Amino acid sequence: MKLEKKTIKPPLWILLELTHKCPLECTYCYNQLDFANTKDMMSKEDWFKVMEEARAMGAVQLGISGGEPLLNKDLLEIVKKANDLKFYTNLITSGVGADISIVPKLKEAGLKTVQLGIQSPDEHTTTLITNNKTAFNDKMAFAKACKDNDLQLIINTCITRQNIHQIGEIIEMAEKLGANYLEIANIQYYGWALENINALLPTRAQLDEAKAITNHYRENRKDMKVFFVVPDYFATRPKACMNGWGSTFLTINPDGVALPCNTANTLPLTFPNVKEHSVEAIWNDSEAFNYFRGDSWMREPCRTCDEKEKDFGGCRCQAYALTKDMHAADPVCDKSSFHHVVTDKVEESLSSSQEPIYRNKINSMNIIAGRLAKSCK
Amino acid sequence: MQREKFLVVNNHFQLQYEEKQSCYVLLYPEGMVQLSFSAGEIMNLCDGTKSCDDIITALTEKFSDESIENDIVEFLDEAMNRDWIIYHEA
Repeated sequence: MKLEKKTIKPPLWILLELTHKCPLECTYCYNQLDFANTKDMMSKEDWFKVMEEARAMGAVQLGISGGEPLLNKDLLEIVKKANDLKFYTNLITSGVGADISIVPKLKEAGLKTVQLGIQSPDEHTTTLITNNKTAFNDKMAFAKACKDNDLQLIINTCITRQNIHQIGEIIEMAEKLGANYLEIANIQYYGWALENINALLPTRAQLDEAKAITNHYRENRKDMKVFFVVPDYFATRPKACMNGWGSTFLTINPDGVALPCNTANTLPLTFPNVKEHSVEAIWNDSEAFNYFRGDSWMREPCRTCDEKEKDFGGCRCQAYALTKDMHAADPVCDKSSFHHVVTDKVEESLSSSQEPIYRNKINSMNIIAGRLAKSCK
Repeated sequence: MQREKFLVVNNHFQLQYEEKQSCYVLLYPEGMVQLSFSAGEIMNLCDGTKSCDDIITALTEKFSDESIENDIVEFLDEAMNRDWIIYHEA
């Protein structure tokens, strides 16, 4: 299973999840359902150590995320440190949770890019998705402050059945706000999104229309780059998740746990903590990071598949969530004997009238309690 | 390309030499371009105090090779096309 050390390339992309607290309660959040169990255990110095070690290995991109990173009181110092280390700094934020005066301070600290999540061009839909009444106005003010302070602005709009009918207005809004890029991200179904899939998954017809509107904009205007992320539930081949396990990407959770992807701790593996090990030891030597490197872990149909170098068998978290076997092919693949699980979910969700539950602490604690009760039976 | 205007790296990008990769890289949101040796040499001179003509003079002298002029202009055109560099307005 273990690879020769020299074949392991260093991580390029480090994502710091500063906290899993968030003033918004978006129904499509990919965070773990039991996020209420994750405590903020990392001091400023702990984050500094992680950044120094990762940079020394050759990492160049730094994402600062959450939960909502604006809630971390050390944010400005973390950005400054990252910039001093010559990371390219990306703040991934809802724009809610701090006084607007933080924006010029972030610029001064050396922040390069803000990825601002905006769910909708109207207040009502934004409140419906986020369960936060001030979110829309806070986001608009945050976007304006980014532009006023010459920060590069990327607007991320996560697309579900709740807002897919607004694609045209979303593009117009992003353009009006002066976004440098717009990412229209059809969500992938993990965590809260998977819990709420029956209320969130759009139809293929809605998806095709959204794509057509996006392409129309791309052909006629070039002021703003627009990315369109397709939901993998409508695909027949899996995505090359994380560009391959332990190949490029490293996430650090608020409790210091290091993960090869944001949701990897949903898998039955034990992940190391940066408070106990160096980033280099974790990346190169830990069992968890080596577990899905290479292809010796693969089962059929992946093992003998001529596309295994292209998609690495797809997403391990999705395979585990939908087949209960983390070694299985990602069931998005139509070569998988579990592919019907995906197509059944699509069918089921389309005829469902289920209401989504919000991603908040109480719902998280209820889910944790429910799991405990189940395991005691 | 206006050859007498000063050039500077677009401040939404970040240019730096990376020891681990033994080359100049250009960073942008969630991505990176590894620059070839010559591209790195050219980009590194786009510091807001030099024009296309200045860069040609500097590099033809440095490498004692007059034939690289066209390559430099071509690269700078492409870099501008990709928004990697912009004219530096004083």
